[in-house]
Amino acid sequence: MNVADQYFPTIFELSEPEKSGYQLPDLDVPVHELTELIPSPLLRTKPLPLPELTEPEVVRHYTGLSRRNHAVDVGFYPLGSCTMKYNPKVNEDIASLPGFASVHPYQPEETVQGMLQLIHSLEQMLCEISGLQACTLQPAAGAHGELTGLFIIQAYHKDRGEGNERTQIIVPDSAHGTNPASAAMCGYEVVEVPSDDRGGIDVAALRQLVGPKTAGLMLTNPNTLGLFDENTQVIADVVHEAGGLLYYDGANANAILGISRPGDMGFDIVHFNLHKTFSTPHGGGGPGSGPICVSDDLEKFLPVPRTICTETDYRLKYDYPKSIGKVKNYYGNIGVAVRAYAYILSMGPEGLRRVSETAVLNANYVLARLKGAFSVPFDRFCKHEFVLSGKKQAALGARTIDMAKRMLDYGVHAPTIYFPLVVEEALMVEPTETESKRTLDQFSEIMLQIAKEAEENPELLQNAPHTTVVRRLDETKAARKPDVRYSGRKSDG
Amino acid sequence: MSYIPVTSSEQEQMLAAIGVGSVDELFADIPQEMRLNRPLALPQAMTEAELMRHCRQLAGQNISSDQIVSFLGAGLYDHHIPAAVAHLVGRSDFYTAYTPYQAEVSQGSLQAIYEYQTLICLLTGMDVANASVYDAATAIVEAIAIARSVTRRGQVIFADDVHPDHTAVARTYSKGQGWRVKTLETGGGQIEISSLEESLGQDTAAVVLSQPNFLGGIIDLKAVADVVHQAGALLIVCVNPVLLSVLASPGECGADIVVGEGQPLGNPLSFGGPTLGFFAAKAQYLRRLPGRIVGRTTDCDGRVGYVLTLQAREQHIRRQRASSNICSNQALNALAAAVYLALLGPRGLKEVAEHSIQKAHYLAEQLTQKGLGDLALAGPYGNEFVFRPKADLDMIWSNSLNAGYLPGLRLDQVPQLPPSLGESVRGGLLMAVTEKRTRAELDGLVSLWEELSERG
Repeated sequence: MNVADQYFPTIFELSEPEKSGYQLPDLDVPVHELTELIPSPLLRTKPLPLPELTEPEVVRHYTGLSRRNHAVDVGFYPLGSCTMKYNPKVNEDIASLPGFASVHPYQPEETVQGMLQLIHSLEQMLCEISGLQACTLQPAAGAHGELTGLFIIQAYHKDRGEGNERTQIIVPDSAHGTNPASAAMCGYEVVEVPSDDRGGIDVAALRQLVGPKTAGLMLTNPNTLGLFDENTQVIADVVHEAGGLLYYDGANANAILGISRPGDMGFDIVHFNLHKTFSTPHGGGGPGSGPICVSDDLEKFLPVPRTICTETDYRLKYDYPKSIGKVKNYYGNIGVAVRAYAYILSMGPEGLRRVSETAVLNANYVLARLKGAFSVPFDRFCKHEFVLSGKKQAALGARTIDMAKRMLDYGVHAPTIYFPLVVEEALMVEPTETESKRTLDQFSEIMLQIAKEAEENPELLQNAPHTTVVRRLDETKAARKPDVRYSGRKSDG
Repeated sequence: MSYIPVTSSEQEQMLAAIGVGSVDELFADIPQEMRLNRPLALPQAMTEAELMRHCRQLAGQNISSDQIVSFLGAGLYDHHIPAAVAHLVGRSDFYTAYTPYQAEVSQGSLQAIYEYQTLICLLTGMDVANASVYDAATAIVEAIAIARSVTRRGQVIFADDVHPDHTAVARTYSKGQGWRVKTLETGGGQIEISSLEESLGQDTAAVVLSQPNFLGGIIDLKAVADVVHQAGALLIVCVNPVLLSVLASPGECGADIVVGEGQPLGNPLSFGGPTLGFFAAKAQYLRRLPGRIVGRTTDCDGRVGYVLTLQAREQHIRRQRASSNICSNQALNALAAAVYLALLGPRGLKEVAEHSIQKAHYLAEQLTQKGLGDLALAGPYGNEFVFRPKADLDMIWSNSLNAGYLPGLRLDQVPQLPPSLGESVRGGLLMAVTEKRTRAELDGLVSLWEELSERG
């Protein structure tokens, strides 16, 4: 029987009564009846219906699951705007040192001096990389950094007595979906500014949009088309003159390390995605970390506590009356920050610059190889990623989704597809700097082969993937009749 | 170390293929005045050995829970984590994957999340769960967003004994989002139905309670749900997942949304993060849940498979009309929680809870019977309680630390502890006990404090 034809049972189907993968030492204190300690109406009456397995079975189940995944360590993962670079192994070892992993956030400060020093140093390093003056590690992800930044924008305008008037956040039509979603979560009206024919913000349109209602503008630069906005200076001036603030979405910061700094571009607030730019693993969807850096003027609004360095030691300080407050429990995803700290130290200043140079080189190389076969919406040098349009192939019957699925047959992950929304049949490719020329050549050959297949046999693509453990899945059925928890049925789906 | 595999001769070939003479030409679109024309002022690159030495030295300046007998809890607990958890979570096919956008090559992550969602439903007694959010506090604010949108009301009642960090985060969001937090005074004990009824109003969207409360007390949820529902509000309960193996499930008690800090399920303390916030709800809120949800479906050949589903809620489709801006989840932490639950099973988890509870009560009895102080609160508690030592707290604190004990959380040093609670627990220590503490350690602390009180 083909492996691909075998149903992979859920852990619930592997359960047998009386099995367990865990044993506690004997209880060595005098025991009371539980009902003597907690009134019985507050207690559970039936045992929890959790699965029962031994350790070898649990290990085999999850090992089996892990083998049903594509991952950076398995193969090329050119998912645009996600920066799927290699995750150095030593950083995993460092994060799991007991002095980092087994430390409680409420321990007295004198027992966590190394941790506080690390946090403070990383904050300073991120300030230097961003060209801004103050930093917090509290936001748990990029979108959370955006939300924190927007709370700060609100607090800033309120502090200046303009809190009620400035109700609009401007975002480009090429922006990540999180930008408008975060702005809406803060009660802002989202105003979209169109792109111009070079792929940047349409400055004339922007001038029409700004005014006394403008709270700020959110920009990814290079943007989601992989293009650096050539009018950044003008955009910054226009927004600042209107009294708004500039927010830099650092999702694409892998293109600019040591080359250009958002603070020097005129931005007031920046978030970084440590899980993209600074090599911390994506974990199958998280944990991430989205620290933000701000200008001097905005420092007083940062979340508390701040980590400060006194003459003798490191402290957590809460006394900032204008702070927006806390945005997350404790101090942020510090375990992720430890890995990013180690990464920055292992790269050094020249190494970080080489990261961006190579990321940009790799992207332009693949773009150059694919230009002839695919439509290129903006014919410019790209930064760390580029966007192709699959409209030529779509006209032949092989849409972008079909090409993406076909790539899976060739053992590479598909690029980000149908994003940004401003490009028809978009394929957004981000190779990253940790890929060899050999891999880039292999990927280019695969893409060219797929373009050929689209011409000769579009059906092959429409029915892809063919070699994966499952084939194209019925997403409509999943959404119409949601089955989001195992209910005891066997393999009937 | 640079982790960059492109050699200089390959670079030349690549530049030639692109049609430029240097890498610098690729950056021509960045205006000179925006360039950083100096190296970043960062420490010089370290080799792996140098980096490891430096980081070991930093880590060595922290006292880890292996080096001290800790009674610190307050939301995060030092339970034993079976070795298999780290080994499975450490498989790089899991941890170097991203959000499973291409389902056909992400069945491992997707099925693991589907199983996790099911485990959370079983644990909480709720109908549906998502793939997790950042932590308990952000889970609460996301739950409030649902309550506000369902009820179209603008006020949320927080019991004063909800974790002060959770309440602080909610206050930040409330300011930004324009809703109001109202405090329900409990004094750390049971929710008084009459004062709850008084607090509830026409504009109350939700009531947020914690089980157990921040001070370790176990509250009677059953009496509460009806009153909240009669007022047209939703009941949001933040729970300790380990104790759910012995406590009546919040679903059974009538909660509408159940959230909690998932760290006690197989995740290290990590100085407070990353952990996970679990999120479960009644079925009618499925299409309003924040974040990722995995659904089971079939492929074109009829094989069972898993996909991210109900994505129409999400920001990359809905943009400013999305149900939330959250697009990540704490997948790896959720995986650890699922592996932990699978290893422990129903009896293992119950034993962890029972041992922790029994040991906490033993310690509390010893401390009070020896006349070293009293418990601040009279009600039932689980594995955590507030102890008010008779002797001077500063003296006990520093001597305990010197002797290798971290005796808990000093409540006088908790920023933002609601004043209504502060009164009852003034001078108190919030002490947590897990199954990891041995009788010898508990007795050791008691005899140390006896000695200190004789001396003092």
